[in-house]
Amino acid sequence: MQIPTELTAQIDEAISHYPVSKRSASLPLLHLFQEHFGFISDEAIEWIAAKLELQPIHILELVTFYPMFRRKPPGKHHIRVCKTLSCALAGAEALKAKLCEATGIPCDGHGGCHNGHGDSVTVSPDGKFSIESVECLASCGSGPVMMVNDDFFEAVTDGEIPQILSKYK
Amino acid sequence: MPAPARRHPHPREKRMVFANIDRAGYTPDIECYLRNGGYADLKKAVTMAPAAIVNEVKASALRGRGGAGFPCGVKWGFIRPGETKPIYLICNADESEPGTFKDRYIIHQDPHQLIEGMIISAFALNVHLAYLYIRGEFPLGAKILEQAIAEAKASGFLGKNILGTGFDLEIYVHRGAGAYICGEETGLIESLEGKRAYPRIKPPYFPAVLGLYQCPTIVNNVETLCHVKHIVRMGGAEFAKIGTPNNTGTRIVGVSGDVQRPGYFEIEVGSMTLGELLNDLCGGPKPGRSFKAIIPGGSSAKVFRADERFKIKTKGADGAMVEKEIGVLDIPMDFDTMAACGSMAGSGGVIVMDDSRDMVETLNNLNQFYAHESCGQCTPCREGSLWMRKVTDRMLAGGGAQSDPATLTSVSNNIAGKTICAFGEACSWPTMSFVAKFPEEFATRATKPVPPPTPPEFLSEALTEGGH
Repeated sequence: MQIPTELTAQIDEAISHYPVSKRSASLPLLHLFQEHFGFISDEAIEWIAAKLELQPIHILELVTFYPMFRRKPPGKHHIRVCKTLSCALAGAEALKAKLCEATGIPCDGHGGCHNGHGDSVTVSPDGKFSIESVECLASCGSGPVMMVNDDFFEAVTDGEIPQILSKYK
Repeated sequence: MPAPARRHPHPREKRMVFANIDRAGYTPDIECYLRNGGYADLKKAVTMAPAAIVNEVKASALRGRGGAGFPCGVKWGFIRPGETKPIYLICNADESEPGTFKDRYIIHQDPHQLIEGMIISAFALNVHLAYLYIRGEFPLGAKILEQAIAEAKASGFLGKNILGTGFDLEIYVHRGAGAYICGEETGLIESLEGKRAYPRIKPPYFPAVLGLYQCPTIVNNVETLCHVKHIVRMGGAEFAKIGTPNNTGTRIVGVSGDVQRPGYFEIEVGSMTLGELLNDLCGGPKPGRSFKAIIPGGSSAKVFRADERFKIKTKGADGAMVEKEIGVLDIPMDFDTMAACGSMAGSGGVIVMDDSRDMVETLNNLNQFYAHESCGQCTPCREGSLWMRKVTDRMLAGGGAQSDPATLTSVSNNIAGKTICAFGEACSWPTMSFVAKFPEEFATRATKPVPPPTPPEFLSEALTEGGH
């Protein structure tokens, strides 16, 4: 695992935000690693633990607790679809089915491929997209909503899906 | 995809915190904020004694906008005078309660208003280190806030010796990672300490006494901290004139689900009824439909049936208390009447379901949410939330047993009040209220004479007779 200089600088900056306890930098460091490597490997867990003078279990228990952290690589572009009530009323399940169809990801037809902490991410056969049903994204008045990587899309209609996906090469 | 058209405030709104939201030409940078009078309230605040600011907040009777509606001034008053430990301020921007969408717009469109509210609050509470805990799913919001903090620092509103007063303050943005429980203030503190967000038991862990790093800590919602700025500007007494006694100020309500025009509105608390909100501001039900169920304050609030009626006590013209009967749509949008009608104003998120919706399906969606989000610390909640989900899953799959509605009620009754934090209530109230208020729909889905087969190991005589 190579840690580029730029990432090292971001890590040191993040740690400096917590003058009282380095352990507080656990989540920020996990975010930085996931942004850089796409997922959290065993090596990353050990590296972060050593950096923050913790045991690896202190980091692993965060990765298994917080739904955003992944233990496996996602697709090149990661899609999150909100599945909670307001979006569900606005057609989230159909949106997810359409996204699965458009990206070639197998869908179980019940609003989700998987749903849970363990392995909630499904990757398309070509590796270009992955999809995940997530809980409320706090934009309930403009459902159904979705994210692609860090980009946010609201009131998504079927017709817009090809246009949205085409932006991600 | 272009963002949906910016919406104009409805004439019945009173915009204070949302004054700049969706305003044409308004941008989140500090230049724009300063052009619009930004940081003037901070300049006023630093000329006041910190205790005087706390007194203004107390006089305003501002109630927390995160969900619990706890008086902000009372919370601040828990910090002991002459406290020797460091005091921390945390802004709770973990907006995750289903149906709630307000903080998102402040963060993305008017971040300096929040930063100014935080600086004033920190000054009032003698805080030198503050954190802004933002949910992980707002990556752009986190960047915007970091940018706003850097701008404020460059302009001398943050950092060392703020505005030449000798007061120092640093604010850092801390991103969550997808866990709803981080919105619970003690869970948030654990998370900020780099741990799993297991809420702490109270007593002894009242944040104002033993909070972040075991030091006194104040945790306030985004909207609440923005209000502080307006309270400093207009004075607590003036702020308290907005709204009704004990339900002061404005608040942002978000309406989602089956109405013609869902959206967010900043209204004077108690200035309109739920019916006026849904019919006048949101255009009423969709064509040919009628309202069936309304969740008034975020998904954790107990659901109302649209034809429900309540007896509430109000003050008559002569000042005496009189009892009057009202319907759901007559309930004023305030904290106290919502509570008197058996639900809560909560986080201001109103979710509407019309007569095309299946209540078992609706409840199942919420049960999925709570089963996923239970932190797993307390047995009744960890097991019960999943159990409730499994029962509604089974009912939807066509296997509902006649005993299922009673099972749901019994499980939910055994979670609420038996857990460390209020998630226990949050996850059980939907089930309790849906089953109680829509019994006919649950009965239709619960027709099998016996529950599904019990696993054989539990049928052994050793377990059922005399065994342990």
